[in-house]
Amino acid sequence: MSATTNRRPLFLTIYSCLVFAFIYLPILVLVIYSFNRDGVGGFPPRHFTFDWYRQLTTDSALWNSVLNSLYVAAGAVFVSLTLGLLAALALDRADFPGKALFRRLVLLPLILPGIITGLSLLMFAVAAGLGRGLTAVFFGHGTALISVATTEIFAGLQKLDRRQEEASLDLGATPWRTFWLVTLPNLRLSLIAAGLLIFTLSMDEIAVTFFLIGSDNTLPQEIWGRLRRGITPEINAISTLILLVSIILITIWYRLRTRTQKSSL
Amino acid sequence: MSAAASTWSNPSLLEIRAVSKRFGEKEVLKTLSLNVAQGEFLTLLGESGSGKTTLLRLIAGFEQPTAGELWMSGQRLDTLPPHKRRVNTVFQQYALFPHLNVSENVAYGLRANNTPKSQIAERVQQALAMVRMSEYAVAKPTKLSGGQQQRIALARALVNRPQLLLLDEPLSALDANLRKEMQGELKSLQREVGITFLFVTHDQEEAMALSDRIALLKDGALEQIATPREIYAHPATAYTAQFIGQTNLLRATVRANIADCGEFKFPTNSPDGPALFSLRPEKIFAASGTPSYPDSTRFFADIRQQFYGGSTELLELLCSDGQVVRARINAAGPLSGRHEFFFFAQDAIPVKP
Repeated sequence: MSATTNRRPLFLTIYSCLVFAFIYLPILVLVIYSFNRDGVGGFPPRHFTFDWYRQLTTDSALWNSVLNSLYVAAGAVFVSLTLGLLAALALDRADFPGKALFRRLVLLPLILPGIITGLSLLMFAVAAGLGRGLTAVFFGHGTALISVATTEIFAGLQKLDRRQEEASLDLGATPWRTFWLVTLPNLRLSLIAAGLLIFTLSMDEIAVTFFLIGSDNTLPQEIWGRLRRGITPEINAISTLILLVSIILITIWYRLRTRTQKSSL
Repeated sequence: MSAAASTWSNPSLLEIRAVSKRFGEKEVLKTLSLNVAQGEFLTLLGESGSGKTTLLRLIAGFEQPTAGELWMSGQRLDTLPPHKRRVNTVFQQYALFPHLNVSENVAYGLRANNTPKSQIAERVQQALAMVRMSEYAVAKPTKLSGGQQQRIALARALVNRPQLLLLDEPLSALDANLRKEMQGELKSLQREVGITFLFVTHDQEEAMALSDRIALLKDGALEQIATPREIYAHPATAYTAQFIGQTNLLRATVRANIADCGEFKFPTNSPDGPALFSLRPEKIFAASGTPSYPDSTRFFADIRQQFYGGSTELLELLCSDGQVVRARINAAGPLSGRHEFFFFAQDAIPVKP
């Protein structure tokens, strides 16, 4: 019995390797070519260089787009965390008619195609007199990502020990003070985790951004624009950096998530 | 009588006036009225589902009564939000704040009530000294044992000098030995601080050991309220008699001041008709050679079972009419066969069914 379960069939091993290669080989190639002196042409890559990274440091248009992306992502994190926290509190604590509908409506943007969200946000931004531009983008990302924030924070609220809030009220703290001193600190990890996830999602979002962007490009938009003029290893270099930052953020997010799960036990 | 026994004649601190509580269809408290005297240690005793924890939550302000009123020190209590009540709670699982250390936990209530900073440190120290936890001031509560967390929870509540301290089964999470130790500490702490304690438990031994008075709840209504000695010696109902300690319930028919319950006949003041009597096992004695006392009822029974308990043993006696009664006698070595026993008529307490 154990002999058969312990011996993995060879074809399964090969199959798994192929799947992983299919997913990660292109990314690996992208990273490798960011260090290749001869650019994206020429296989196999021959000469190792940091030139493309050096070039990045002087490319002001690219860094402007990075700053724009950071601005949008930070705004999106703020908007979606604030509104998501309120929505999660309502879902967790309040009892009101239409609560089931409310829950679905809040979570709907998670599965809506970006193109629909983008188009409707564009029409709204124009109608509201906001026009296209970075502000529109960050409101766009913020609202589209509320569902992510709500899900994460709601999970945190479900794990929160309500007796602690009662203890705080019992000791004479007002409900408002209890929220700041007990509820929020207990949600800290959920909030950070949600913030990181939203930040990464906003950083590489392209569909919604495409509809709402004005003259200032975000980083994905800038890269997309340059690709149409031909691929340069500089793009590989910036992509490698983005990849690195994303991996770091996702790792932190994952760690925090497992820590909140452990601490609730 | 000690000072403790007389505290319940003090003026009322808390008045529970005809309070009812419904959760949907379920009526958890049924028009319950109860006064808590200033400075007493009052225990709400009852099985799970008897409404004792709900009553505590109403007093703390976490739930609203469906009907009735709560008054404390001459002021309406049930209309105040929890943070404005001079009532503090020790929660069943302590509910310490995990993100704050021990002294921050204890200081929480003082900070919330804007106590001057200069006083906070001193009062926190006093409170920690009172529960003998001074050396753990900077520890995180999650690093402490159950008994230590219990002490911190007490200090956190008492540091605010509440008029009334509510304790929701605070000892149920501790193991048996520690529970006994904490019972002693709790009792002496209450004497020391002189604060009124309202204590919830389902453990009748704990209630007997700690309380000035016990309020026994059954299905959301007050079954009986009295001192532990009174409630044990004179249970008003069959439920009380069985819940507090062990007892024999004798079903009898009274005619002309004589209770007839098959095997036994004894004099009583109860009116004619069917009646129920509670006779504690320790009130049945082995007759072995003792002369017949006046007013005693003698009977023969077979010893069916014998439970050895150290200084005493519990005998299960089978009477000739098939009734089984239990007797607690001083340890007398292994017994078997038929023996003679007796009890005094005044120890058979008439109880309501």
